[in-house]
Amino acid sequence: MKKTLLKHSMLSFVSAFLLMGTASAAEYKIDTKGAHAFINFKIQHLGYSWLTGRFNDFEGTFSYDSEKPNDSKVMVEINTASIDSNHAERDKHLRSDDFLEVDKFAKAKFVSTKITDKGNGKLEVVGDLTLHGVTKSITIDAKKIGEGKDPWGGYRAGFSGKTTLGLKDFGIPERLGPASTEVHMSLHIEGIRQ
Amino acid sequence: MLKNTESSYGTLSKALHWLVALVVFTMFAVGFWMVELDYYSDWYKTAPHYHKSVGLLLSLVVIFRLFWRMINKRPEPLATHSRLEIFAAHVAHLLLYLALFAIFISGYLISTADGRGIEVFNWFTIPSAGEFIEQQEDIAGSLHKWLAYGLIALVSVHALAAIKHHFIDRDNTLKRML
Ligand code: HEM
Ligand code: HEM
Repeated sequence: MKKTLLKHSMLSFVSAFLLMGTASAAEYKIDTKGAHAFINFKIQHLGYSWLTGRFNDFEGTFSYDSEKPNDSKVMVEINTASIDSNHAERDKHLRSDDFLEVDKFAKAKFVSTKITDKGNGKLEVVGDLTLHGVTKSITIDAKKIGEGKDPWGGYRAGFSGKTTLGLKDFGIPERLGPASTEVHMSLHIEGIRQ
Repeated sequence: MLKNTESSYGTLSKALHWLVALVVFTMFAVGFWMVELDYYSDWYKTAPHYHKSVGLLLSLVVIFRLFWRMINKRPEPLATHSRLEIFAAHVAHLLLYLALFAIFISGYLISTADGRGIEVFNWFTIPSAGEFIEQQEDIAGSLHKWLAYGLIALVSVHALAAIKHHFIDRDNTLKRML
């Protein structure tokens, strides 16, 4: 009797340990192929309205386990030339030396350094953003939207995030007037578990 | 005389030549200046609007000029010109026309890359033909810029040649275009 009890508890301990090991290794690839991920921005126009746009071409991965959200990681790489504000002349200007200098800085990159669970599905994502050749630590206020099986045999998890970037902080000239010195980023990513 | 003769350009050819020359120099200066304008400048929106409007009307003028050239006599090269000079002048004139059209087309392709047409002086709109290649506005834009620089370089050689004929060779080359 005693022996089997010990054996049992040993077994359950080991299996619990193994489970933990597998659970923390959930790797997701951001679904840019199916375009279930969006990097949107908005900036004030003259202080009278918002101008919105997005980056069309990017890729990334994240790891996430709802049991251990603090161990999560995320990495995203953006092709800066894919900026799209629905106006060719303006996009050309945004890609030029006056703003993003995409000839020189073709990629922007975000790599998380610390993710903290804030409860209620809220997460604070701190990480290094490299934009316009400048790397700075930024904080994204993120929120888990949901996770579960998809209808096609896969498993997905999705998040939203918001952050504000100062143009000056990334060495981008403030050419658009005093009301337009900050870009508000709005991020929506869905990952497919690998 | 309106028409060309064997020995000289006619009034219409001369008028067209100098009209195009004047507008091209102005377009270059305006293009060069307008891309550096401050966002809050009064000209920020109007300068590109005029640049595009005038440029598109100029393309019609140059098409008409080629048409007039086709149905008209061509002045004979001067007897004092060497074969090399005649050939070089021909090549230069051909390149000038080609560069002009390449500039008109590349300029058009910048603004119309997103399906928007180009308004000519709020008078009529030239529709977009759509996007032909990815990031068309950037590629057309850098072509437009380098073609414009190339045209001005070529025109400088062309004008220097005319001045050389006038002051050094003291022949009729420039006079028959005036
Ligand atoms: C944007 C500026 C200019 C353009 C695009 C231009 C273009 C041309 C072209 C295409 C021709 C050939 C005409 C034909 O037979 O169809 C021509 C002829 C001529 N151009 Fe210009 N031109 C420009 C400026 C000038 C200037 C500044 C001068 C003088 C200083 C000049 C002097 C002449 C002369 C003398 C001819 C007659 C050449 C001949 O008979 O072989 N052009 N130009
Ligand atoms: C002989 C005719 C033309 C000349 C010499 C000319 C010259 C120029 C120059 C020098 C620039 C500045 C390039 C730069 O530094 O980026 C420019 C820009 C531009 N041009 Fe032209 N151009 C001509 C005709 C046209 C036409 C016909 C159009 C359109 C229908 C056009 C549309 C544009 C546009 C959209 C820009 C870009 C402005 C920007 O980047 O914000 N151009 N042009």
